[in-house]
Amino acid sequence: MTKPENEITWKDLNIGSIVTEPGNASQYQTGDWRSQRPILDNSKCIKCGICYIFCPEGCVEQNPDGYFEANLFYCKGCGICARECWTRAITMIEEVE
Amino acid sequence: MCQGVLDKSNNNDRGGGIIGRRVGIEVSLAIAEVVGLADADVVAAYPITPQTHIVEHLAELVANGELDAQYIPVESEHSAMSACLGASAAGARTFTATAGQGLELMHEVLYVASSMRLPVVMTVVNRALSSPLSVWGDHSDAMSVRDTGWIQIFVENGQEAVDNVLCAFRIAEDPRVLLPVMVHLDGFHLSHMIEPMLLPERDEVEKFLPKNDYPLPLRPDKPVAMGDFAPPIIYTETKKAQEINIRASKEVILQCWNEFGNSFHRYYHPVECYQCEDADVLLLTMGSFSETAMMAIDKMRQEGRGVGLLKLRLWRPFPFKEIRQAVKNAEVLIVLDRALSFGGPGGPVCSEIRSALHNEEKKPKVISFVGGLGGREITVAGFEYIVNRGIEISQTGSEQEFELFGVRE
Repeated sequence: MTKPENEITWKDLNIGSIVTEPGNASQYQTGDWRSQRPILDNSKCIKCGICYIFCPEGCVEQNPDGYFEANLFYCKGCGICARECWTRAITMIEEVE
Repeated sequence: MCQGVLDKSNNNDRGGGIIGRRVGIEVSLAIAEVVGLADADVVAAYPITPQTHIVEHLAELVANGELDAQYIPVESEHSAMSACLGASAAGARTFTATAGQGLELMHEVLYVASSMRLPVVMTVVNRALSSPLSVWGDHSDAMSVRDTGWIQIFVENGQEAVDNVLCAFRIAEDPRVLLPVMVHLDGFHLSHMIEPMLLPERDEVEKFLPKNDYPLPLRPDKPVAMGDFAPPIIYTETKKAQEINIRASKEVILQCWNEFGNSFHRYYHPVECYQCEDADVLLLTMGSFSETAMMAIDKMRQEGRGVGLLKLRLWRPFPFKEIRQAVKNAEVLIVLDRALSFGGPGGPVCSEIRSALHNEEKKPKVISFVGGLGGREITVAGFEYIVNRGIEISQTGSEQEFELFGVRE
């Protein structure tokens, strides 16, 4: 979308709110739903990628060092990665800010 | 005569000669014929009484090669409307028909059609709702979908049904509208009636009805996404756009009816008056019962009574201006609903009319009757009773919100 969502008026919408810009859902910050964030302890991580497989948001990416990290722009803080992690390398902490 | 209100008592001879061919035909079959003449691309429907003959005949037309359309025999009305959405989104001229429980089963998808601005045309053959099971007519189904964002047009006889199905395609597909349209005809009283009527010729339909040209269709080479997710920050704006759109559609509807009249010599209006000039007492009806009500008005006029009939044709968008104009000189307005809002104000039509008139300085007393439920007849004598009893209530008042006509106590 050309404007930020909070500036779009009803007159700016296409008929039926049809979206003509493919893939613009990636601009939607689902991360702001989050009340908890995953913290990775690299010393426990075995780089197995189970968190990558289970993440329902598809927001876990492998970094150049081989560790799997959640992209916090999209991470909703569901905690599935922490629950599934074999080595308990991920813990969920409260978002306090 | 006010704008948008036709006084039929002064307009019996509309002149201009006959356009089309005069046939005797069952109304349901005539509707299917006109959908065929409109060259619909997709029909997705599920048979349900009293609508079945419409889609049966369309299936025949497709099977016989008389209509080059995709006929999708779905497993439910929910699927029927869903298939219609897909077809309409791809730019196809799309038609379906349903009634009563079928309309209820479509309910959630109806909102999607209007919100996505898909110009589906549907005839709703009005039927009462279960339970107890009734296949006969009333307006409970139509009223239950009042807030779904569809344009809703009521018709009084077979000719009006056929004419308004044709108009419905033109209104729905107009680039200024792009909204789905329901044409409501009463179950059995209209759907199964064999009537003499004028069916248009194909070339006349082609002249009147432009090709459907949906502006943002689903196309692989130019992808779009429809019916997406809207968080709280944008949902209100989408609904405002929808509300502005359906209100603005009224001008296009008026224009379409006017041009239909110019082409076919039958004019339609949001509110139509019969013997309303100088009437102190007005009766308001919708749909086929207006025909009997006119006979009652004629009889009372012959007796020197100052009574007239208003026929509400356009239910959504609601014709506020025309209703206010039509009733402003009356002392009593008696509204007959064929549906009941349980535990509420009684008749939904009367409730909306009261609301429309509430802030007017000059307005009639509005009296609510509910009757004709589940196919129960109202005769000429019945309408005379309703008028007389309505006048009585207007003078004495009533503790009831409405009166249920003809119920055995």
